[in-house]
Amino acid sequence: MPKKVVHEFKVEFLQILDEAGRVDRALWPGLDEKEIKGFYESMVLIRTFDEKALNLQREGRLGTYASVQGQEAAQVGSAAALRPSDWIFPAFREPGVSILRGLPMRMIYQYWSGDERGSAIPEDQHDFPIAIPVGTHIPHAVGAAWAAQFKGDPVAVAAFFGDGATSKGDFHEGLNFAGVFRLPIVFICQNNHWAISVPLSRQTAAATLAQKAIAYGFEGIQVDGNDVFAVYTAAKNALEKARRGEGPTLIECYTYRLSDHTTADDASRYRKVEEVATWRKKDPIVRLRAFLEREYRWSEADEQVLRRQMQERVAAAVHEFEAVPPQDPQTMFDLLYATPTPDLIRQKEILRKRLQQKKEKE
Amino acid sequence: MSKLNVVQAINQALRHEMERNPDLILMGEDIGKDGGVFRVTEGLIDQFGERRVVDTPLSESGIVGVAIGMAAYGLTPVVEIQFMGFLYAAMEQLISHAARLRTRTRGRYTCPIVVRTPYGGGIHAPEHHSESTEAFFVHTPGLKVVVPSTPAEAKGLMLSAIRDPDPVIFLEPAKIYRAIKEEVPEGDNAIPLGEARLLTEGKDLTLITWGAMLHPTLKAADRMAEKGVEAEVIDLRTLSPLDSATIIRSVEKTGRAVIIHEAPKTCGLGAEIAARLCEEALLSLEAPVARVTGFDTPIPLPKNEKYYLPDVDQIVEAAEQAVGF
Ligand SMILES: Cc1ncc(C[n+]2csc(CCOP(=O)(O)OP(=O)(O)O)c2C)c(N)n1
Repeated sequence: MPKKVVHEFKVEFLQILDEAGRVDRALWPGLDEKEIKGFYESMVLIRTFDEKALNLQREGRLGTYASVQGQEAAQVGSAAALRPSDWIFPAFREPGVSILRGLPMRMIYQYWSGDERGSAIPEDQHDFPIAIPVGTHIPHAVGAAWAAQFKGDPVAVAAFFGDGATSKGDFHEGLNFAGVFRLPIVFICQNNHWAISVPLSRQTAAATLAQKAIAYGFEGIQVDGNDVFAVYTAAKNALEKARRGEGPTLIECYTYRLSDHTTADDASRYRKVEEVATWRKKDPIVRLRAFLEREYRWSEADEQVLRRQMQERVAAAVHEFEAVPPQDPQTMFDLLYATPTPDLIRQKEILRKRLQQKKEKE
Repeated sequence: MSKLNVVQAINQALRHEMERNPDLILMGEDIGKDGGVFRVTEGLIDQFGERRVVDTPLSESGIVGVAIGMAAYGLTPVVEIQFMGFLYAAMEQLISHAARLRTRTRGRYTCPIVVRTPYGGGIHAPEHHSESTEAFFVHTPGLKVVVPSTPAEAKGLMLSAIRDPDPVIFLEPAKIYRAIKEEVPEGDNAIPLGEARLLTEGKDLTLITWGAMLHPTLKAADRMAEKGVEAEVIDLRTLSPLDSATIIRSVEKTGRAVIIHEAPKTCGLGAEIAARLCEEALLSLEAPVARVTGFDTPIPLPKNEKYYLPDVDQIVEAAEQAVGF
């Protein structure tokens, strides 16, 4: 009996906007000037928001914060393809997606400052809160997609995570369910090449992360994660496919984390300066700006105006964040159950008395 | 001897054992080049190489599961889980397998692994980084649970944990990683597991605690002493097996006990200790056994965590109530 090939696979890579800011017309997703400028504005907004967060942390006004610099295209491209009725399940490095979904920037600052109120989800948004344990939200996203399918809603779900998360059982279990039940979900992996100090080569021996979808019976695609048009196109196609009932997709956004892992990390301990320098040249914002300059005569003056506007928006958010009165510590008992248990009621009373005594002493 | 903090002391213990035991292998996320997020394994990769100090994929269940197989084969794996809140992913491996391997194979295979993880609040960390759920592990037959409270203790207990023939969960109180320095013996100061230590002697009251909470407890004991109340302070240091004898002996002498832990109150280890006192020292008790604990809530984000964690005032208050009962 001769050996035979029972199946063959391939993984595609999508890039539309190259590093010099030139586009491949054949792959053009049909965006107009306004939309493109909107993408650029969003990317600059996220960068400004992020730089401010790092400053606030240095000044002791924020706690640990996970910066998103370098990943703006992955976030703007995917967020732009989502509809408000779609659901998202972020990890902890998606402030960009959350902002574009409408989460007030103030709340993100609040969350990282250690104030629980920052994780409240606005009523009209279908977004899950940040998942700090890596990858644990992936099955939740799958469950929501299943529920949407069950109810017959034309809704897709997007789950965001990093390359490190693909090593977790939750990733594999989630993808397997999604494949078996052909669920309306898009897995968006931001492969930023590092899980804290551990490089991609220590997460997988596979050539791509996209190919992991194949093992679960659906399509995986790798896109240039620093190319907002490629991410947008891939995400839009995958989300539409999901909403049509044609099952899940894994999108690997090939990108890079330019900053330290978090403000508690020092990436220079494990990462070569040259590597970071190479990726700085691929900065998604620089790349889109080059395109705008070429196609729409985007000028230094335009740039200045935009930067100033974005700084004002961020400054306003910081102002709102700092104007919020302190949270009442007694609220820690209120949201654990629909109805507080007798123990919690007793403990809340203990805390109330303690706080009162303290006040009287002062 | 040199003055070390807890991080350096554990580092020294690991180095000491790695030099002695060529089959000792360290595994975990970021423990190699980065030296661990708290730098506990700093420099070990330079001395022992990548074969013995392994940066693993991001996979807690994988790390612990693999360690079980390694240990059964004959290695001595010491693994780091980055924070206690991420150890839950490995619960299945710990509870269903590590803890039972010896029993299930009628002694044929054993599981001498050490799972090190930072734990506890007070470090202004994000969500899931301040867990104090040691009771889960104490509740699991087959595991040993160790919590050091000072640098010298950390080193001595770590040496014993590594040499122990059974799985040990070694919980490192993150709050005191760098907060205290003390003289740590250079050589082999192995401290046997399963023995609590009595820090101060007294006749009026017993304060029982472990880990980071030892320090406010000692301050509370000092404050009581100023008022003429003599407290015995017991640092449990091994939570499983629990050194009941030391606790009972002390409470038989003092007649009063206050247990201090930062874990939530309900089903925290304090409940077990109180029950043992009722079972075995009831007639010596002159006051109800009191507990000073965290609330039955998740530990709040940094802005409110100080309202959750027990402090010196609360310990003094509980102690005064016990004495004045
Ligand atoms: C289950 C779990 N283990 C460990 C950690 C600590 N930790 C936080 S982020 C991180 C790396 C995550 O890498 P990746 O998934 O690639 O996402 P990135 O941070 O690069 O966006 C680690 C190890 C965690 N939060 N959760």
